[in-house]
Amino acid sequence: MPLQILLVEDSPGDVRLTKEAFRDAGKTVELHVAVDGVEAMQFLRKEGAHADAPRPDFILLDLNLPKMDGREVLALIKQDESLRSIPTVILTTSDAEADIVHSYQLRANCYLSKPVQLEQFEAIVRSINDFWLTKAKLPQQVLS
Amino acid sequence: MPVEVLLIEDSPGDIRLMQEAFREAMTPTNLSVVCDGDEALAFLRLEGTHAAAPRPELILLDLNLPKIDGREVLTQIKSDDDLKMIPIIVLTSSEAEGDVVAIYHMQANCCLLKPTDLDSFKSLIKTTTDFWLSLAKLPHEYRRPMDRFPEDTPIPSHGPQARIARNVSGG
Repeated sequence: MPLQILLVEDSPGDVRLTKEAFRDAGKTVELHVAVDGVEAMQFLRKEGAHADAPRPDFILLDLNLPKMDGREVLALIKQDESLRSIPTVILTTSDAEADIVHSYQLRANCYLSKPVQLEQFEAIVRSINDFWLTKAKLPQQVLS
Repeated sequence: MPVEVLLIEDSPGDIRLMQEAFREAMTPTNLSVVCDGDEALAFLRLEGTHAAAPRPELILLDLNLPKIDGREVLTQIKSDDDLKMIPIIVLTSSEAEGDVVAIYHMQANCCLLKPTDLDSFKSLIKTTTDFWLSLAKLPHEYRRPMDRFPEDTPIPSHGPQARIARNVSGG
């Protein structure tokens, strides 16, 4: 079963780039997209249209999102006993020290700033693949 | 300024490998090493001989430690408001899935499985240092103590802010 990744991102361009970069990295991943914070929480809680959603092995979360902010999504994930063990990595354009510290205080697993240049964007997705999806040990659920 | 990294590890061989890997990393680091859980907490809380210890921006924690166990060290750091934002990479030898879930549940930022052969270990540490030191944004808030202490602010003698004061005097 491929790794299940939830990408919480409202920019269609960035969603497309992320998909392509994972594909180019040669990793078989199933990338699910939530376009705002509310949808992300519905996906994680299997509510509404997401009743059959799989549990993600890994979450990539933008901070600036419509409806519900990424900071609030992060706080909700990390306060939820059943969700908090899912590694949640912030990928955002903000480079502000306050956002970095605050995200770690809210228990983000890692903070990455989203590059504006195409090549660097591809490189960072490749690094996520090389480190998080390949080298790091993810808390994958054992399927019986 | 080099990135301050704290390695909490009791195996001399693994310490040596890490020191080599960090020396070769693209980003300069200042790697401090402590060998058990007691000493790790003393280092982080600036106690005893560690009164002038630097504040780490990244911690590597071996789970199996003498005295205070790595799990306890992890729990204590992550429940301390002054320390909890420091990213902790846990190294474990156990592949049991339940252990990995528990490690993330205890709020480790990342979990790595220690390989048993040398080349895999080196490659793991290289990818890890490349990623965390060069790409990830670490919480550097204590690097700018003057922002937090306007000139007329009295400097406290103990507690988290004293740490900042000491960093100022230490350069």
